[in-house]
Amino acid sequence: MVWVSESALRGVGAAAGAALGPALIWRPEAPAPAAPAGPPAAEEARLRRGITAAEAELDALIAAAPAEAREMLQAQRLMLADPELIGLAAAGIAAGQAAEVAAAAAAAEFAATLAALPDPYLRERAADVRDAGRRLAAAIAGHSGNLRLVHPCVVVARDLAPAETVGLDRRLLLGIVTEQGGPTAHTSILARSWGIPAVVAAAGVLDRSEPGVTVALDGTTGEVVLDPAPATAARFAERIRAQQAEAAAGMVGAGAAAITPDGRRVELAANAGHPDEVAPALGRGAEGIGLLRSEFLFMGRPAPPDEEEQYAAYRAALAAAGGRRVIIRTLDIGGDKDVPYLGLPPEPNPFLGVRALRLCLRRPDLFRTQLRALLRAGVHGKLAVMFPMVGGLADLGAARAALAAARDELAAAGVPHDPAPELGMMVEIPSAALLAAHLAPEVDFFSIGTNDLVQYTLAVDRGNPELAPLYEPYHPAVLQLVAGVVQAADAAGKWVGVCGELAGDPVGALLLLGLGVHELSMAPGALPAVRRVVLATPYGEAAAVARQALACATAAAVLALARAALPK
Amino acid sequence: MVERVLTLRNQSGLHARPAALFVQAVQRFPGTEVTVVKGEQKANGRSLLSLLALGAEQGTTLTLRCTGPQAQEALDALGAVLAGGLGE
Repeated sequence: MVWVSESALRGVGAAAGAALGPALIWRPEAPAPAAPAGPPAAEEARLRRGITAAEAELDALIAAAPAEAREMLQAQRLMLADPELIGLAAAGIAAGQAAEVAAAAAAAEFAATLAALPDPYLRERAADVRDAGRRLAAAIAGHSGNLRLVHPCVVVARDLAPAETVGLDRRLLLGIVTEQGGPTAHTSILARSWGIPAVVAAAGVLDRSEPGVTVALDGTTGEVVLDPAPATAARFAERIRAQQAEAAAGMVGAGAAAITPDGRRVELAANAGHPDEVAPALGRGAEGIGLLRSEFLFMGRPAPPDEEEQYAAYRAALAAAGGRRVIIRTLDIGGDKDVPYLGLPPEPNPFLGVRALRLCLRRPDLFRTQLRALLRAGVHGKLAVMFPMVGGLADLGAARAALAAARDELAAAGVPHDPAPELGMMVEIPSAALLAAHLAPEVDFFSIGTNDLVQYTLAVDRGNPELAPLYEPYHPAVLQLVAGVVQAADAAGKWVGVCGELAGDPVGALLLLGLGVHELSMAPGALPAVRRVVLATPYGEAAAVARQALACATAAAVLALARAALPK
Repeated sequence: MVERVLTLRNQSGLHARPAALFVQAVQRFPGTEVTVVKGEQKANGRSLLSLLALGAEQGTTLTLRCTGPQAQEALDALGAVLAGGLGE
């Protein structure tokens, strides 16, 4: 029997794994009104009811939000009730528009006015106005303005912005399918760090999905099937069972050292974006935290965090690690992220611009506060500090000087602190990789950020889905740079870790193992598969594969070699 | 109608947080009409968006106008809020 309504689509696999569940369709853009506009008096009533509903929704968010987010949410609430906005919407209604259309148009007009102002901070608020407008339009139409999950489901959306995924109940999130995006976009990275299967760039999925339709997806192959026939659904269910069994098997030996059959030890650590992720990561078998990003403290708030707030957060992360090492990276942010209070001027090339360490060196107060908080927190656990986007001796030297100054200040004031945490630098700029021999004496370790190293080495914007095929982490040029860094580190007696996505990919892990990398830090969900690779592959064999890979001319050739060597 | 000319003191000018503080203060005077004037532009004191749209920076001269019940009381209180640094 042919199942009439099964509909297959192909996207790009973004986060490995299979999933099966009912669709929750997330359309935050202004919904088209379901029926034509009624008489103005009726539309005005809908507008008023929508405002009340949107205010109630925001009140709930404000009550549950952390202190730093509350102010911006309160500003949004004031925008919703803004008499000029309401007046403009009412004028639209009097002219015959439906309430949600009039509300969205009024918000758009105010957003345009703000976007035209010379002050960049006020220009940023245009996005807040648009957000308030879309929440209001959704409330008028009877939809929720928040992405909120009430039962296990697969979220289907055009794309997911960072703000939309905050506060999501991940236990109910079975999978994600988006119409747009690429494998290195925010949605993809988030899904991988949560261990949730995701397919992106699945053109047509939104038009073809209805709320509640069963969605089957495979984040490894990029397959999406809507309303699968029983046989298809059974296939996917079997894949899910198999991956659960493998995850369980991969936990064997978790938390202990990963050693190859011929005795080479590789440390397996986890990447984390927040102190709350530390304990779960260790629970999934990580030996430590190879990268704790500190940006969570700085984004989506009206002013930077003070020393006490930072100290509390770093302390919490160290405490949660129970004595295992936590490597905390200093602020790695630029104008492309949500930090309006930094007043960063727009740049044509933000990834080549004033960001990360460069930004910190230009904002000594900001940097000093973070460094002080880190050193103080260091008494509560095993802290390591690393600097992002180091270009060479000059900025590394300046950063080390800033750290020493912070330490001296604390010592002079008698404040308890760790005077000498392990100190590392990220290797992501090709110049730093090439001159690693000069840098190795100045640090305790290198951590190779392959995501950005690939981007800079191959000159590929990793956020551009059109270029996805050109973004090749297995590219021999990148591997040669890694090999050089390891060689320089070994000569100086320092260790090398990798904290980019390559470390969490079994093929990548095999190559990195063979290149002599000492530590791999990855999304916690990737630990079982990588552990399996290390436990099953003699270092001698991995090293031979790596040598051959270094002599290849294309990423495809490298992939073929490495795949053949993976455990069956 | 009563009015007062004053200078915006706070460092970030009339940004979202200070403007929100101002609007919240205006809400204490429900019957009073409040207008903030910057040069040729007029903004309804109850409208956060209109206040932001003024784009008023630190050092800008603003005229605060209050009309109706409690106008003088409102002028005194709101004048203090605007000239007093708006929480910064």
